[in-house]
Amino acid sequence: MSYEVPVAPGDKPHEIQFGGGGEHGFPLWEVFVRAKRGLNHTHVGSLHAPDAETAIQNARDGYTRRAEGVSVWVVPSIEIVASDDAESMFEPFEHKPYRHPTFYEIPEEVGQL
Amino acid sequence: MDASTEFENGQAKFDAIIAADEKIEPRDWMPDGYRKTVIRQMAQHAHSEVIGMQPEANWILRAPTLLRKAILIAKVQDEAGHGLYLYSATETLGVSRDELVGLLHEGKQKYSSIFNYPALSWADMGAIGWLVDGAAIVNQIVLQGTSYGPYSRAMVKICKEESFHARQGYSIMMALAEGSDEQKAMCQDALNRWWWPALMMFGPHDSESAHTAESMAWKIKRKTNDELRQMFIDQTVPQAHYLGMTIPDPDLVFDEETGHWTIGEIDWDEFWATIKGDGRLNRERITHKVKAWDEGRWVRDAATAYAAKQKMKPDKSA
Repeated sequence: MSYEVPVAPGDKPHEIQFGGGGEHGFPLWEVFVRAKRGLNHTHVGSLHAPDAETAIQNARDGYTRRAEGVSVWVVPSIEIVASDDAESMFEPFEHKPYRHPTFYEIPEEVGQL
Repeated sequence: MDASTEFENGQAKFDAIIAADEKIEPRDWMPDGYRKTVIRQMAQHAHSEVIGMQPEANWILRAPTLLRKAILIAKVQDEAGHGLYLYSATETLGVSRDELVGLLHEGKQKYSSIFNYPALSWADMGAIGWLVDGAAIVNQIVLQGTSYGPYSRAMVKICKEESFHARQGYSIMMALAEGSDEQKAMCQDALNRWWWPALMMFGPHDSESAHTAESMAWKIKRKTNDELRQMFIDQTVPQAHYLGMTIPDPDLVFDEETGHWTIGEIDWDEFWATIKGDGRLNRERITHKVKAWDEGRWVRDAATAYAAKQKMKPDKSA
């Protein structure tokens, strides 16, 4: 399933010209910032840009004006594949408490385990 | 699953998430009314950030020192960034930014009427940061708890940056309040003109507010207009006194019993007139915005053409 944003029911798309480009102008990019070395890149938001290079520049200006990061990723939003978040997707794990360490009662005498 | 069962399941899950104080995320089922309300509120918020650049950008070239100029540029850049976060958050609900900007340009969506008041002197840069951004912060801090996830996350980020806006504004006011008689008069004059409009930013009284009850039930809004306004008044009145300035309200009194400041009556006729587009600057703000958009078209066209051309080139890494 693609990360396609559904059109809101009742919302009529207005005919707006944007740079003569596609129906939504510049494509949408998701922005990920690594706050400092040793941490994962984390999703911070999105932006529109005509190409990857400009998307990186805009991400720098838009999301790291105060030294929020040391590295930026941009990914075309359309390339992100999302899970179906129905309960059935994650529910089975609720019934598997034995996967957690706290499931097992260990006598105190055993010590650190 | 037939459509009505899907609707009932969706509604039940939505209600459970709201009741548990958890966040609604973009791909969740949500009532149409919720979607529309969140889109309207976020879009208007985004438009306000963008239009809000105009009164301040107008003073960048007239800033009294290089440092004040650099600060003002940084603040205006932040407002553009806040507009970006909010448009992005709104887009998660299935509208494109182009549509929203188009609705603003056509006058079909509104921005905060505070930006239809003119910024007449340098002291207004102080009053806007202190009072207008100050009022926005009170509203936005509470909105961090709003039920729509992307809106809440945008608010967290904006609040971190907004505090600088209010403090640099108050710093301008402090400098003027410690200055010559003329500078003190400028400071008082700006407070006189911005006090009431800042209070009106919180919207009509709860009893007059058409959407408050529904938005509270959906936890889009977490406090009512009057509650937020009172929070702002209580924090701001002592700040005015610290400056040695007078709040332009002869009826202002401190209620010892409640511990709150009580204000006189707000001029609601002025409020509604400004909302309905009779503000002095309504037309000018939108005209300027549309002009900037139109004049930037060649840049967008060039960027699009350049991107298309780059795509046609053989892959350098191959």
